[in-house]
Amino acid sequence: METTPVTDAPSSAGWTPDQPLVRLVDVRKSFGSLEVLKGVSMDVAKGEAICIIGPSGSGKSTLIRCINALVPIDSGTIRVEGQEVNDPDLDKLALRRKVGMVFQQYNLFPHRTALQNVMMAPVHVLKQDKAEVEARARTLMAKVRLADKENAYPGELSGGQQQRVAIARALAMRPDVMLFDEVTAALDPETVKEVLVTIRELAEEGMTCILVTHEMGFAREVADHIYFTDAGVIVEHGPPATFFTEPRDPRTRGFLSKIL
Amino acid sequence: MDMIAKWFLELYETTGINLTIVYDAYDRQRFLSGLGMTVYLSVVCILASIVIGAVGAWAQGSPLRVVRGLVNGFVVLFRNTPPLVQIFFFYFGLGQILPRIEDVDGMRVPILTNVQWAIVSLSLFAGAFNVEIFRSGIEAVPRTTTEAAEALGYTRFGVYRHVLLPLALRICLPSLNNNLVNLLKTTTLAYAIAVPETLYVSKQIWTDSQNVPVMMIVLLLVYTALVGILVFIMHRWEKALAIPGYGQGGAR
Repeated sequence: METTPVTDAPSSAGWTPDQPLVRLVDVRKSFGSLEVLKGVSMDVAKGEAICIIGPSGSGKSTLIRCINALVPIDSGTIRVEGQEVNDPDLDKLALRRKVGMVFQQYNLFPHRTALQNVMMAPVHVLKQDKAEVEARARTLMAKVRLADKENAYPGELSGGQQQRVAIARALAMRPDVMLFDEVTAALDPETVKEVLVTIRELAEEGMTCILVTHEMGFAREVADHIYFTDAGVIVEHGPPATFFTEPRDPRTRGFLSKIL
Repeated sequence: MDMIAKWFLELYETTGINLTIVYDAYDRQRFLSGLGMTVYLSVVCILASIVIGAVGAWAQGSPLRVVRGLVNGFVVLFRNTPPLVQIFFFYFGLGQILPRIEDVDGMRVPILTNVQWAIVSLSLFAGAFNVEIFRSGIEAVPRTTTEAAEALGYTRFGVYRHVLLPLALRICLPSLNNNLVNLLKTTTLAYAIAVPETLYVSKQIWTDSQNVPVMMIVLLLVYTALVGILVFIMHRWEKALAIPGYGQGGAR
């Protein structure tokens, strides 16, 4: 892990690293008449990697998109390092520099090269020195094993390569927590691995990671904690050892028997 | 120069094709200054209308309903009325209502000259179309791309400036190209408020020299060439903006 530079924004008052880095309490969200999250609570400690699994439409993606305020919630509270996400006066920049996000469809900026994609936000948003950012971006490109693709445009890269650039792009903001929203779902089977290896390294380095995934083997291997969601609620959660071998809830058992 | 002038004079005497703009120094000077005015009007109005389009399309995405309403009102007003009427409205209508100012010689003169009114009017006319053209480009950018920028902490303006606009511009360049070609040709309407552009000076020339058919052909050729140059520049721009692996830039 890189050390946190002094220029970073201070954490919200009252939060200490021994408290949950991300805390969700009774979060509810509806889209029209459809209630997608029906009271979800969850704590994620610093350095922890958690996986959210569950059937399609169970609210997994909505759940992690609430954490960086891409989706506003209806009730409940979400705190990231003590900063309340659903506060109407939320400083979105302060939140989003703490929370990195990687999407299913990579969503790189197609008009910029891989290296420029990684550099853009620190230069434009954080107004950091371009030379310093460039050096960091090169380090990150090497970290995701794409040092030779710095000048390629996203359209010239494979899905797996684009996704690794997207990870580097999120890391360039030096976030305290990374959100991964089904990041391998759009990839070819053979490129899934290269992305998962990158994420595993991050988790092992102590980056706090919240992943929505369908890769059960990966979840089992990497996660410190598994959450199983169904129909907008967390049905069951636990460490992977017990979660996969001794699921308690019939819904969990039903889901696992279908996919394992 | 004398050789050429002599040749064209002979051409006139033998065939009746009277190109005074070549052999007559006065007409040549008039014509060139008209051409200069057309180029000036075109360049200024093209740039201004692109700015209006980009700013208007941004304002269209405003969270404030009043702002969106104002932009839409502007677009409707300028798209649904004839450009000649707009020019008359500005020059004769608005120009008359506005107070006059004293110039350096103490003369009471209008705030804006006819050339300036033509620029204002034509820029707004083309700008209204450009707002819609930029909007079409913005709507073609995937929502998820915008979301990625938001997740990186970009503000609404930051997203627009660094992600939406550059991508939208690439998508809408062909339609923008069309509208700018139209704008260049529409500068001839400034004739109606005596802006000495190409058509206006040509009319003066054919009135003096009685060479209407010849000047008509000259006009057609001049505008064909001017639009040709504009299209050439726009295509170069399109090529320069092409992204490898994206849209037309795919084949690199």
